Amino acid sequence: MNESPAIDVRDLTKVFGRFTAVDRISFAVAPGDIFGFLGPNGAGKSTTIRMLCGLLASTSGTALVGGYDINREPDRVRQRIGYMSQRFSLYRDLTVAENLAFFGGVYGLSRGALRDRAADVLRLAGLSGIESARTGTLSGAIQQRLALACAILHAPPILFLDEPTSGVDPVSRRAFWELIQDLAARGTTVLITTHFLDEAEFCAHIGLISAGRLVALDTPAAVKSGVAEDVFELQVDDLFSSAERLKGIPSILGTACFGPRLHAYCPRGAATEQSLTATLGAAGIPVTALHSVPMSLEDAFMRLVAPAAALPGSPV
Amino acid sequence: MRRFFAILKKEFRQVRRDPLSLGMLVFLPALLLIMYGYALSFDVRHVAVGVLDLDRSQVSREFLDSLFGNPYFDRACTLDRQAEAEDLLNRGSVRCVLTIPRDFAAGLSRGEEVSVQALVDASDATIAGTVIGYLDLLVSRTSQRVRIERLARAGLAADLPVVNPEVRVWFNPELQSARFLVPGLIAILMMLSAVVATSLSIVREKERETMEQIAVSPVRPLELILGKTLPYVAICLLTMTLVLTLGYVLFGVVVRGSFLWLAVATLLFLFAALGLGVLISTITQSQLMAFQAAALLSILPSILLSGLIFPIRNMPAVVQAVTVLVVPKYFISALRKIILKAAPLESLWQDFLGMFLLGLLFYTLAIHKTRKAS
Ligand SMILES: Nc1ncnc2c1ncn2[C@@H]1O[C@H](COP(=O)(O)OP(=O)(O)OP(=O)(O)O)[C@@H](O)[C@H]1O
Ligand SMILES: [Mg+2]
Repeated sequence: MNESPAIDVRDLTKVFGRFTAVDRISFAVAPGDIFGFLGPNGAGKSTTIRMLCGLLASTSGTALVGGYDINREPDRVRQRIGYMSQRFSLYRDLTVAENLAFFGGVYGLSRGALRDRAADVLRLAGLSGIESARTGTLSGAIQQRLALACAILHAPPILFLDEPTSGVDPVSRRAFWELIQDLAARGTTVLITTHFLDEAEFCAHIGLISAGRLVALDTPAAVKSGVAEDVFELQVDDLFSSAERLKGIPSILGTACFGPRLHAYCPRGAATEQSLTATLGAAGIPVTALHSVPMSLEDAFMRLVAPAAALPGSPV
Repeated sequence: MRRFFAILKKEFRQVRRDPLSLGMLVFLPALLLIMYGYALSFDVRHVAVGVLDLDRSQVSREFLDSLFGNPYFDRACTLDRQAEAEDLLNRGSVRCVLTIPRDFAAGLSRGEEVSVQALVDASDATIAGTVIGYLDLLVSRTSQRVRIERLARAGLAADLPVVNPEVRVWFNPELQSARFLVPGLIAILMMLSAVVATSLSIVREKERETMEQIAVSPVRPLELILGKTLPYVAICLLTMTLVLTLGYVLFGVVVRGSFLWLAVATLLFLFAALGLGVLISTITQSQLMAFQAAALLSILPSILLSGLIFPIRNMPAVVQAVTVLVVPKYFISALRKIILKAAPLESLWQDFLGMFLLGLLFYTLAIHKTRKAS
């Protein structure tokens, strides 16, 4: 990275009372990158984004957003960012055009600039033609696109999206990601949080946050290979009792349920399909099938996130 | 400026989109004014009275005639025996039975004190109290006059030192409580709708998280607060016009004073009331909480501590000190002075200043709170 980063977070910390929601997080996002911010519920993703947007004062540490310090020059930061909160915060009683007019207005767009930009973002979001529809009557996926359109109306170089795809069907999610990639290709820096691990593959870099701490920070591929373990997929009759008994076997570091199958994690190179089948047979654990599978991002997260906090929102 | 107009425009649009809330803001105070105006009106008119005249003398007839020559009491029926009284009162056909004793004329001519018995239906204590008060006044006034006339007829000059207790009621000569009540009621209803409307409109944005969207934009707290409250100033002015018109049409409350001071008083009041609404919205998180806080903080102090019903000068010193913070106290006082007395600025400026300072206090706290939150 020879360019200065669009977002540069340094030891950012937020303490609520005695509870540390965000604990000395540091990372940087290059201009035009899509940075995926992942983590279980309550990990501190929204809190981090809210600090970066200037909605919440940090307890300590700081961040530069678009080159400006979030604590010292919040007004300059505000002009340069777009933000989409966890709920699509639009005025449901106003029409699409009225929502756009309002958000354009609060960013100080002139009437002419607003007209041009509104047409642009509507076209980009694929919403042309529904300007006079009442927002509350639109589907979740359309509201999501409109919320994005409102957030990019003032052409911010940096975009913060907090779980924009929650509650949206898979096809619309896909289309939404194409839109994000489109924006990034035009130079917009995007920081996005999500619970969907398949979406992490769209990100240039990902950061995994758990209980307020950044536990992994790299490209999706590097995060996967960074976990020095092999994954074995087991088909068993009784998922839960088997999972319990597998924990007693020394070469197995941990297990996780993946739908009807069980994933067992062993130190890298410590076991093969044959050796593990033999070990389980000796321990008297009935296994119908056992295969070595490549480590998925979800596997990696299971191993990186504290064992008690699995990703409840992750799709099966 | 653009940012402020964007908020203003959006707010007007939302208000217009929501005819129910708009109707509540404008017509609910009007409706409440009508209801409370009649219900709280302590005026008693056309009370049905049954009469049992045991004396049947010229004097007693004169006495009764003069007693009923007013709109307060109607002579509903004449009884023959005392025993009928209970039945009439029970059936509710009369509210009061008046009995003239047998030696009424004789006693008067001897210069003795004579008593007239009144049985009053006190199932409605307020009305009963008022009836007794009026009756007392009328009877003593009437008997005084009858006595003087009798003396005059008897050839004696009526130069006896007659002590005539005359209660003077100023500014409300007919003792109409509606006159006095309506300005106060207007103040309280305006207070309620102004505070509730503003606090709800802001908290609604918090609930829907649109406030967060505004907070990440370059909008300043002052632009936001002005943009969100000005539409309610307009609506409340409309409401004020409506309730004043109703006060005139239904209760005959005429604005004696200048409309300029009335407008100034209303604007200053709205400044303070909307300020309280904004302040409430900055410290509550849900619409329900905001509504309860707004209703509580606007109605209770308005009724108890504003001087509407209980005069402030009769309150303990501590309570009097608390009333300094009660916005309607100043508005009620100003409205009564302007509407009933046509008071000049010299007697109004303290109320104006009070409302202005309270408004300033509320907005300062609200902006401070908003700044700290962001
Ligand atoms: N204002 C606050 N006061 C106290 N605690 C808070 C506050 N805001 C958030 N928290 C706590 O901080 C932690 C992190 O919350 P945050 O919203 O950042 O999580 P998240 O990663 O966005 O989770 P989710 O995936 O559910 O959106 C949570 O435990 C939450 O309860
Ligand atoms: Mg969140």
